[in-house]
Amino acid sequence: MIEFRGVTKRFPDGTVAVDALDLTVADGCVTVFVGPSGCGKTTSLRMINRMIEPTGGTILIDGADIMAGDAARMRRGIGYVMQQAGLLPHRSILDNIATVPMLLGWSKARARARAAELMEIVGLAPETARRYPNQLSGGQQQRVGVARALAADPPILLMDEPFSAVDPVVRESLQDELLRLQAELGKTIVFVTHDIDEAVKLGDKVAVFRQGGHLAQYDEPGHLLARPADDFVDGFVGRDRGYRGLGFRSHRLPLGELTTTSLGSPAVGNGAWTLVVDDASRPQGWCARRDGADGTAVTAEHLVPGGTLYDVTSGSLRSALDAALSSPSGQGVAVAGAGRVVGSVSADDVLAALASARAEEAAA
Amino acid sequence: MNWGWIPRNLGLVAELTVEHSWLALLPLLLGLLISVPLAWLATRTPLARSVLVTATGLLYTVPSLALIVMLPLLLGLQILDPLNLVVALTIYTVALLVRSIADALDAVPSVVVAAATAMGYTPLRRFVAVEMPLAIPVTVAGLRVAAVSNMSLVTVGAIVGLGGLGLLFTDGFQRDIPAEIITGIVVVLVLALIVDALLLVVGRLITPWARTGQAAGRQR
Repeated sequence: MIEFRGVTKRFPDGTVAVDALDLTVADGCVTVFVGPSGCGKTTSLRMINRMIEPTGGTILIDGADIMAGDAARMRRGIGYVMQQAGLLPHRSILDNIATVPMLLGWSKARARARAAELMEIVGLAPETARRYPNQLSGGQQQRVGVARALAADPPILLMDEPFSAVDPVVRESLQDELLRLQAELGKTIVFVTHDIDEAVKLGDKVAVFRQGGHLAQYDEPGHLLARPADDFVDGFVGRDRGYRGLGFRSHRLPLGELTTTSLGSPAVGNGAWTLVVDDASRPQGWCARRDGADGTAVTAEHLVPGGTLYDVTSGSLRSALDAALSSPSGQGVAVAGAGRVVGSVSADDVLAALASARAEEAAA
Repeated sequence: MNWGWIPRNLGLVAELTVEHSWLALLPLLLGLLISVPLAWLATRTPLARSVLVTATGLLYTVPSLALIVMLPLLLGLQILDPLNLVVALTIYTVALLVRSIADALDAVPSVVVAAATAMGYTPLRRFVAVEMPLAIPVTVAGLRVAAVSNMSLVTVGAIVGLGGLGLLFTDGFQRDIPAEIITGIVVVLVLALIVDALLLVVGRLITPWARTGQAAGRQR
């Protein structure tokens, strides 16, 4: 557990970057610090491992004041990932990852064996081990940065805008990978970003900072979208927050009947659209009624691409609504297991479910 | 021209070449050892930097002849003691190296220094294991200039009776043997080229990372 107690950072030029911050970061969770530039989120993060020292208040890690003891020694126990990976240019990828174990006095062989293990965990090809950082792409370098931070298996991971310098596609895969890793490792992660979508996606809890180093709201992402504390948070959270907030609600939805056919068979049923599925009853696309009405077989040319799919096992109301809205027939395709069609959802069902979820919350 | 002088004096030339080499290279090594901590000090604060870089830079403007003549008085040594020349050339080496090593240390990306700090390097260990290795390419460039400069400056010592191959200049001039003077010039030149090439090769060998990276950013 990391506790900020009345923590203030005033720089020598008089700027107050963080002003009397009180905040507790829970163990085993991803806590995201988010806010516009100059809000003190990065300063707050860097005070945890004393890269910046607070000028007032105390920071406790598991009850111990971080200012007691040697800074370098303390930092070896906290993983740190930064924006431009910050790899050591003169060390091979393997030795970069082995940095902290080596500092801790592990033997070279043991440190390198551990580094090789981590390359596999973060998805780096073994042949990159002997390359130098400048031979890797930005996304790969960032994976090395994550592997390096995890090498000595620290309980705490500090991540300072780690994915903001890579392109959006790579960023999304790195985010997914982080969530997958975290599900296995259960580290206490403090993550700084200026991107509210990233914050909402990754955070178990999100701390929204406003200029001058004040905490505007500290809440679960779903609550942040549903009930912003004030106009600042509302403005920062941005457009479509009602729709995005559906991503944090899951509710049982009634599944409708769906008439299906397969390629080579005639379209059946009374609706205007028929869903075409393959042998394993996975959706292939939609077929409009007039194309199969005369009893001729449905062919690939008749297929209209389907919308997004609603996975009933992990799906949120957001994915259900999106499935309904993006489907040409207006019926969202609900799938389960290996992508097998189990029924349909409609936008009306989603809105009805939302209304009943709200009623339950109000009653509780 | 009396080219016959050369084959008759090969032994002397070889002896002077060896003397010349260590008179030039020992100060290079000493100068490097002194310059690294001074350069480190120079990167601590802007004040230290301007004082150290200016002061060491000024040393280079002291005329070599004056320095070699004055050092025995300052150090209390015999005028023919080779130590005088070693000290003088060490001073010139420091004059050249402090600025280039300080520049090299300044050029180490701050993000790398910050990352090393965050990993838990102590400042001393970080300097030895991260900052200094990354300063090698620029340091080697400075060393090459100092090495060539030393090779030629050693000859000035001949005025006071020590100076390796420089003795061929004074002797050849006094006895009017142009072949002796030309031999001196050519051997000094060749020595300088050899040392320069050696430093270049060693510098490349110990910085394998500096030769990679053409493919950076193309692979995922």
